[in-house]
Amino acid sequence: MAQTLSEQILSQAAGKPVRAGEVATVAVDLVMMHDSLSPSIIKIMEQELGAERVWDPERVAVVVDHVAPAATVQTAEKQNEVRRWVQRQGITHFYDVGRGISHPVLVEEGVAQPGMVIVGSDSHSTAYGCVGAFGSGMGSTDIALAAATGRTWFRVPETVLVRATGRFRPGVNAKDLALRAARELRADGATYAAVEWHGVEFLTVMERMTLATLSIEVGAKAGLVPPVGIPQVAPEWLRVEEGATYSRVVEVDLDTLQPQVSAPSFVDNVSDLGDLGRVAVDVVYLGTCTNGHYEDMAAAARILAGKQVAPGVRLMVVPASRDAMLRATQDGTLATLLAAGAAIGTPGCGACIGRHMGVLGPGETCLFTGNRNFRGRMGSPEANIYLASAEVAAATALAGYIADPQDVL
Amino acid sequence: MARVWIFGQDINTDQIVPGRYAPIMLKNEDDLRLYPFVEHRPEFASTVRSGDIIVAGNNFGCGSSREYAPLALKMVGVGAIIAPLFARIFFRNALNLGIPCFTADLTGQLADGEQVDLNLEAGRITSADGRELALPPPPTFLREVWSAGGIVPFYRQHGRFPGEAA
Ligand code: SF4
Repeated sequence: MAQTLSEQILSQAAGKPVRAGEVATVAVDLVMMHDSLSPSIIKIMEQELGAERVWDPERVAVVVDHVAPAATVQTAEKQNEVRRWVQRQGITHFYDVGRGISHPVLVEEGVAQPGMVIVGSDSHSTAYGCVGAFGSGMGSTDIALAAATGRTWFRVPETVLVRATGRFRPGVNAKDLALRAARELRADGATYAAVEWHGVEFLTVMERMTLATLSIEVGAKAGLVPPVGIPQVAPEWLRVEEGATYSRVVEVDLDTLQPQVSAPSFVDNVSDLGDLGRVAVDVVYLGTCTNGHYEDMAAAARILAGKQVAPGVRLMVVPASRDAMLRATQDGTLATLLAAGAAIGTPGCGACIGRHMGVLGPGETCLFTGNRNFRGRMGSPEANIYLASAEVAAATALAGYIADPQDVL
Repeated sequence: MARVWIFGQDINTDQIVPGRYAPIMLKNEDDLRLYPFVEHRPEFASTVRSGDIIVAGNNFGCGSSREYAPLALKMVGVGAIIAPLFARIFFRNALNLGIPCFTADLTGQLADGEQVDLNLEAGRITSADGRELALPPPPTFLREVWSAGGIVPFYRQHGRFPGEAA
């Protein structure tokens, strides 16, 4: 019987063929935890599970990205506790302040590979689907158990297929495809299911991460792009099989796709940018695991080159990783952004969860390249967050209101 | 008797506990009990009583993996959460913490502030005027985890994951 990518990966991990709907105990290849939840994970491991050691110190990754660098004395203290624990455990994959957001970092480091089962203490762990891994987010208790035992349980998900055809027009990109799919599927359209993104082999790994991270915003357990056309080498058993069962198919025609914008305060509140009307912004924020990649900074720089951010608008750029920032530094992308008026932050999550580095005040409107526009997400519950691509972000920074990249190119 | 708290659909974890109120941001982690729905429904934390029931619309708990969202609800003693559909990470977290979650659509059948009786064993809610609402029995493996008091006690007791052969 033909299997979906999720069924193939979970069958390998379960050591027996499994199908959608079955509950399976599986071996995990990698457990990721970040600074925000590591203290609670360690506490559960030590105090509730009585587990002194992680099951395999080479297969647990710890990343300091959520409040990096520390914003308060408490967060500094908690991070130091995590550093000491990492040392005691002999954990090899430890990435401290400035290395970047867990998801791109584990891909850049080659730790996340096609065919793996990766569980992370972060809902956007679906990100690892960008290399064809089954990545899934879990809470502290599940992660503590996985880190202690190397195993977890899953209900093998049904798969929702998003099939793209054609090619993006200029100014339209992977973010628009992801938001278009969210518009169709709605916030619960793939709950308990996986999403597979087909027809996007021409995208880079980090562009694929945009699709994979937004999979959780339609409720998905995992969001996978078939691992073809990327440098990472997929195991032989992992490929799209003719006749696999999909619970739902969403078709998106890239040739006619317009820039998409998600309006406050739900990710699936999406419309064509052209139908939005004039929305003035105070802040444009380019960053996050969804769209803080080199590709995003480069696309924004192409639009902003030789120009200035509109008066009264703050442009924040927070690179997703040090690698992305380094590349953008070496080829002049960052210089272009700085010259246009951008403020640059330390690679990491930045203000995405409203804790530091550019949180929003009451009444402010932000055009955000991230993945969530929930009320209060980036600070004040009275701020308004609109989600769009890096190209829309750059066009908006120039215009002072949410603008189509086509109109400013 | 338990008070019914009605919530709408797509209640996300930033509404349950905003990221700014995470335990790592607090001087005293026990203060988490002060913050469930701190911005979305400020009167909740101060007036909720142990055993109260949340009856919500579709997709309850969507958003982040923060276990401190259901943990805050557990700390104030929420007795059960009932919604037509739960976001999966929230559902797992609540299950792991031993908070009973029932997948059922009771919106429109109960009023906010109504006093009811919840019988978890029988899967039944009885309203003050004697109306009975049945709660669908959760799958066996979920019930096993609840009755153990969460995933950690379950694992310690059985040395296996739910659904795994003994
Ligand atoms: S950038 Fe935002 S969405 Fe991504 S891992 Fe960090 S907090 Fe989560």
